[in-house]
Order: sequence, then C-alpha cells, then structure tokens
Amino acid sequence: MALLSFQNVGIRFGSRKVIHHFSAEIEEGEFIGIFGPNGVGKSTLMRAILGLCPICEGSIHLFGENPGKRNRFIGYLPQSQSLLGTTTLTARALVAAVHHGEQWGVPWLSSKDSYQVERALELSEARDYADTPFSLLSGGEKKRVMLAQALIDEPKLLILDEPLASLDPKNQMLLVQRIRDIQKETGLTILFIAHDVNPLLGAMTRVMYMAEGNVALGSTQEIITNESLSALYGMNIHVLRAEGRVFIVNAESNIDETTCSHV
Amino acid sequence: MMHYLSYDFVQNALIAGSIAAALGAVVGYFVIIRNVGFAAHALAHIGFTGATGAILFGLTPLQGMLVMSSLAGATMGISGNRFHRSELAIGMVLSISLGLGTLFLSLYQGFAGEATAILFGNIFGVSHTQVMETVLLSTLSLLLLALFSRRLLFVSIQPDLAESRGLSLTFLSTAFMIILAISVALVSQVVGTLLVFTLLIGPAGIATRLSHTFWRTILLSLFIGIVSVWSGILLACFTNHPPSFWITSILFCLYILTELKVKLFESV
Repeated sequence: MALLSFQNVGIRFGSRKVIHHFSAEIEEGEFIGIFGPNGVGKSTLMRAILGLCPICEGSIHLFGENPGKRNRFIGYLPQSQSLLGTTTLTARALVAAVHHGEQWGVPWLSSKDSYQVERALELSEARDYADTPFSLLSGGEKKRVMLAQALIDEPKLLILDEPLASLDPKNQMLLVQRIRDIQKETGLTILFIAHDVNPLLGAMTRVMYMAEGNVALGSTQEIITNESLSALYGMNIHVLRAEGRVFIVNAESNIDETTCSHV
Repeated sequence: MMHYLSYDFVQNALIAGSIAAALGAVVGYFVIIRNVGFAAHALAHIGFTGATGAILFGLTPLQGMLVMSSLAGATMGISGNRFHRSELAIGMVLSISLGLGTLFLSLYQGFAGEATAILFGNIFGVSHTQVMETVLLSTLSLLLLALFSRRLLFVSIQPDLAESRGLSLTFLSTAFMIILAISVALVSQVVGTLLVFTLLIGPAGIATRLSHTFWRTILLSLFIGIVSVWSGILLACFTNHPPSFWITSILFCLYILTELKVKLFESV
C-alpha cells in the first residue's frame, strides 16, 4: 500500500480551481521535490494532505485513511514563521513547546520528553544554539529549529513548505544535505516545496511540478524537459543545463531569461 | 509597618492585589507571546463601559465589567486573528465603548466617585466580599488556563503546526480571550481600567526580556507582579500617595533597568 495516494483530486482556493484531476501514489522513503510558480497551489495541496483544506473532488489517502486522521505521523514545517519571529524563548523551549503540544494541561516535560527534544535538536544539528533566544538566531539557524519542531514527534512523513526561502546558497545546500541525512537515518518520506530545483537535484527521488492547475510527477529526467514543462504550462518552455545546474526559462519572453529558474 | 498590616482595608488590599497580580502575571505572558496587547487594552475600556452601565442598572461595577468584556473577548476570539490583531477594528470598538461609557455617566449623576475608582482603581476600597470574588474568579481563571496552557502555548508559537495536529485555533483563541476579559475585569478593580496594562503587561513583559524559558518566565513574572503590588500598597500607606501610582512607578523603573541590562549585556 502506498504511503500517500491521490485519486482524481481537485482542489479549489476560493473561487479558483488550483488543481484538476490529480492522481498519483507516493511510496514510503521517497524524497519528492515540489515546484511551481507562486499561487499555483503547492501549499494548498500540502494543507489538503493535512486535512486543513477541503478537496472538491476525488480522494486523498494517507496510510490508507482520509486526511486529518493520522496527522500525528506527519511532521510539518510551515512556510510562515508566524509569531516565532518575535519570540524571546530559546530554541530548546520552542521545540519543547510543540512536543505533545496538542495535549491538555500545563507544558511539563518528563525525562523521556526531554530526551526526545534533545534528539530532535541533534537531528537538525541545532543543539549548539539551543539555549539562544530564537530572535537572535540567523535565518539558517531558525530553519534548523523549525525543522527540529517538525521532527520532534518522530513523524513518518515530513512536509517542508519552502524551508529554503530567504537562505543563502551555502545554507540552502547545508540544510538540504542535513534533511537528506535525516532521511537516510530515519527512513522518512519527504515532501519538499522549493522554488529552485538545483539545491534538491541530488536529493530527490522524484519531482512534482505544478502549473496552470496541472500536476506532473516523475523522475527529474522525465519531468524537467522542454516537452514536459511546455505541456504543463501550455507555453514554450526551455530547460537549459550547464555545469550540473538546471535553468528553466520562458522561451516566449524577451525579459532576462537567464536569471529565471521559474517561469 | 506591622501597624499598617493590622488594618482590615490594608489586608484586603494585599490579598486582592496579590491575586490580581498573580493572574495578570500569568495571563499577561500569553498576551505578550500572542501579541494581543492592544486587544487587552481595548477590553479594559469596554469593561469600563460595562461598569458604568451596570451602576446605571443597579448592578455592581464588577458584574458589568465581567459581562461586557467577556462578550467582547468572545467576539474577538470567534472573529479570529484578523479582528483581534487589527488595530483599526479594535480602535473603533474602543472608541465607541468609551463613548457609551461617557453616555452612561451623563445619564446617572450620582456616582462620580465610583467612576473615578473604576478608571484609576481604589485598592484600599476593596471590600471583603470583593476580595472573595477576586479570589474565586482568579482561581477559576488560572485553573482554566492551566487546563489548556500547553495547547495555548503551541498555537501561540506555531499555529499552522498546531492546526495540523487537530487543534482548533478559533476555540483556543476564544477561550483565551474570555479568560483575558475576566482577568482585565479583576485587575481593573485593583489598578483601574486605565492602568490594567500595569499588571497585565508590566511583569510579564519584563520577565520575557530577562528569561527565555516558559516556566522561568512565568515564575519571574509572578514574582515581579506580587512584589510590585505589595511594595506599592505599603509605600502608599507610608506616603499617602495612591497605590496605583506606586505600582506603576515601580514597574516602570524595573522596565527601564531591564532594558538597560538587555541593551548592555544581551542585545536582545
């Protein structure tokens, strides 16, 4: 049985239908990179998997059940830092606060809970600054702390919504490397939303590309091609490869194409 | 000093003040991490309208404050983040509330002294019955807060992640805003509606600048709140100046010292 399956899924965002008739299966242990322009529905699809956004047609099954039923097995790193940005709590306190955070009572940790907090911090390599207030951390360090929050309850599926946003290339590379190592160590299945394909090229088992309400899922060789992306966007797309990097450009545009990784 | 402690009104003031300070210190922590300070301020003003209206209709000011601010708190919670973190919406509700409060004052001529007490607080005028009310309602509020403080902390720092674990942001937000409204009404009895921030934001705000873990911050906030209230009440006994003045002054001095320490040593 597939870990996650989509059958003829359609999703609306307000009055706009962002995903049409999407069917696919994702197996345990996969690393799926998810790409597409802003507003195409990447985050909406992830929220649908979590049961936070209703689907208007078809079905989604996670571990064989409807969305929302098995969320304790999902680790989620949301796109928004929300109120985290201004908090003066330490990184360790922030990770501890989400551990069994859905339970009633006061936020008290047993020694086993504390061990799990330390393990999550260690997995995300955030222990060195675990006692530093979150507001004093760098962008890369903050993302590690948020990753530890997503890992704290030992998930089987990890959904990462643009964790590379606002990171410099070096920190992007280091974070992807760490996530890949965590996956090797724990056997996690990963859904990783990003804007640039390149940092994930060596890590992904498959690519999910979304555009114009359509979703394509396959290997990088199948999906990141002129033909496949042109069909997806409904316009002429060129995929250029140079020095191990991929550049996706709009062949119909006259605007500085070489700097675009997205159309 | 022992001489002053033997008076009933001083004892009542110390008990009511300590309870209000404890409630403000704990609830205030969540006000700060949820970034709803302006909503708390508005609830105090809405409570003032409730208090003046209650007197007009023959009820006690506390009853009026509790009803009005709880209704407003629940409405803010149900309407979600867009409302209770919207400065425009809260500002407009705050204005109309004060307008109504002024109307109620003009309709009832005989209670100018009570209105002043509601605005600026009169801790030495707290009766034994009011002390019991404060103890009962504060204990109830703190127990309720303890019941879902783990969930509230979670939704406050990572709402998206909390929602994905099945927590209702609207339910928790509404429950918190009602507890906040009750706290505002109780704290208003001690320092007045204009000075609710003193006990609701002061101790917790200073504590969050000095401590960076949940329990240490809560304990430090409790300590600062209770010590400030006791010091303020006793200084008022010695000097004949109002306790509200002393409490606000002590907390303001602590705030300045805290900011200096942070700027000099931590740069948070």
